[in-house]
Amino acid sequence: MGMTMAEKILASHSGRESVSPGEYVTAEIDVMMGNDITFADACRNLVDIGLTSFADPDKVVVCNDHRIPAMTARDAELQTRLREYAAQFGVKYFYDAGVGIEHTVLPEKGHAHPGHLIIGADSHTTTYGALAAAATGMGASELAYSMYKGSNWFQVPETINFVLEGDLAAGVSSKDVMLALLGKHTADKAQYMSIEFTGSGAAAMSVEARMTMSNIGVEMGAKFAMFAADDKTIAYLATRTDAKIEHFGPDADAVYVETHHMDCANLEPQVAFPHNPDNVKSISEVGDVPVQQAFIGSCTNSRTEDLERAAVILRGRKVAPGTRLLVIPSSQEVMMNVTKSGVLNDLVQAGAMIAPPGCGPCGGGSTGVLGAGENGIASTNRNFKGRMGSPDAFNHLASPETVAASAIEGKIADPRKYLN
Amino acid sequence: MSISNTIVVDGKVWKFGDDINTDFMAPSFSKGMEWEQAKKTILHIHEGFTEGVAEGDVIVAGANFGCGSSRQQAPANLKMLGIGCVVAESFGRIFFRNAVAIALPVMACPGISEAFNEGDDLQLDFEKSLVKNVTQGTEMQGALMPEDLLKIVRAGGVMAVLKEEAAA
Ligand code: SF4
Repeated sequence: MGMTMAEKILASHSGRESVSPGEYVTAEIDVMMGNDITFADACRNLVDIGLTSFADPDKVVVCNDHRIPAMTARDAELQTRLREYAAQFGVKYFYDAGVGIEHTVLPEKGHAHPGHLIIGADSHTTTYGALAAAATGMGASELAYSMYKGSNWFQVPETINFVLEGDLAAGVSSKDVMLALLGKHTADKAQYMSIEFTGSGAAAMSVEARMTMSNIGVEMGAKFAMFAADDKTIAYLATRTDAKIEHFGPDADAVYVETHHMDCANLEPQVAFPHNPDNVKSISEVGDVPVQQAFIGSCTNSRTEDLERAAVILRGRKVAPGTRLLVIPSSQEVMMNVTKSGVLNDLVQAGAMIAPPGCGPCGGGSTGVLGAGENGIASTNRNFKGRMGSPDAFNHLASPETVAASAIEGKIADPRKYLN
Repeated sequence: MSISNTIVVDGKVWKFGDDINTDFMAPSFSKGMEWEQAKKTILHIHEGFTEGVAEGDVIVAGANFGCGSSRQQAPANLKMLGIGCVVAESFGRIFFRNAVAIALPVMACPGISEAFNEGDDLQLDFEKSLVKNVTQGTEMQGALMPEDLLKIVRAGGVMAVLKEEAAA
């Protein structure tokens, strides 16, 4: 019987010929990621019980991204602990403040490969599924356990197949596809499952567009959210790793628990309303919703292509009075790309505030949170009540294009009218 | 260390709906607060919970309990409040793993929401996945937890497992 990508990876990493959904395996892990919220806690857990080494420190990647630059002395001191622990445990791949958000940085620096099994102490670790890695989030204690042992237990998930068909219209992006899927199937559709995105629509997406989909896969409850590795994957990683990258996908006769088709051709821009990512409306149903803050950032939608698409909307236009636009490129590499291309200039000219690469207000950890009674629209992945500032604020999720158009109008707006 | 092979929890029920996310259990706006203040933000979305919750109480919830982030503070905060167990229709997977990892008894049991009113007395035999509504005199069978995971909970969490291994 054929295997899905998740099954293939869990089998190969647990020394088995094959595995089936529901089985528990102990699997070797290729990459383990911690950040400024979780890594120091994980290390302290180990030190507390007298363990002071990792199975293989070169499989550990640490990013300082959530609360940078430090706003309080306490945050700064927590980051000092982070650096100390990284040094103590011999972590070579330590990306300090300013390098970028973990889920942009790991792919950029060539740590995530097709066929890898990756864990991160962060839920959006699913992002690396865009590169055909089985990647998933865990908590700090389990990061500690994994780093010490080099392995951990996994239940083999069932796999759900989303077949994407048809070309996206101008002004519509992979974010809209994922929000539409969430709206239709709701937040626990893929609970405990692996998702595979297949079909001509998936093949047509750029690697960055795929990362957006895999990133939000976790909002559907997914354990992994994967694309097959194709020529685009190989091209993306070519300059980023010395490892030989090859095509990787499910067996032709892989068994899926469910298969759903989606026609992308007729899709409109989508907006998730407060306070859940699956509370989704098409832009034509939105009505008049004023916004005080528009935020383009986060590990979901602030890569080079995202900022380029936002700049197309904003070029030669101005942010509405009474609305603020905050843009946080998700890594130093992205920052350099948009500086060279002039995209950054377009954004600043339009009136955007630019902050250094990191999570910013996305998880409520740094600059740019919302106050009570304010409406926000953000290119992020979660609009849970109280996540990005006050529990009495109202946050909406959309693509970078839609956020840009909304900044221009001071209310939630359709980006397509700015494209002709 | 271990609580032998009988983890039994008995407590008064607080009821929650579907999609209760980890931001509600460990809100970012409580960062930096002292525990006495921070604990009043835990599950603030349920009226009366923060003032009324007492050591030994239990939670009965709908689908997808603990969806959202990987923050281990979510189950850890429930444990620190003294919550004895969470029985839900289903769980967010990272929350479920985190709960096992820190030895907070959690059990998925479809139909549980219907079977309890807030304030009912719940009794859970964790090892057998058997849950009783003492108030109403009913009983339900939840999903059995695999032995390997039970071992982690019995030991007191994954760090306790590592500690035992390291000492061996
Ligand atoms: S950008 Fe937001 S979702 Fe992504 S890792 Fe940072 S806080 Fe989490």
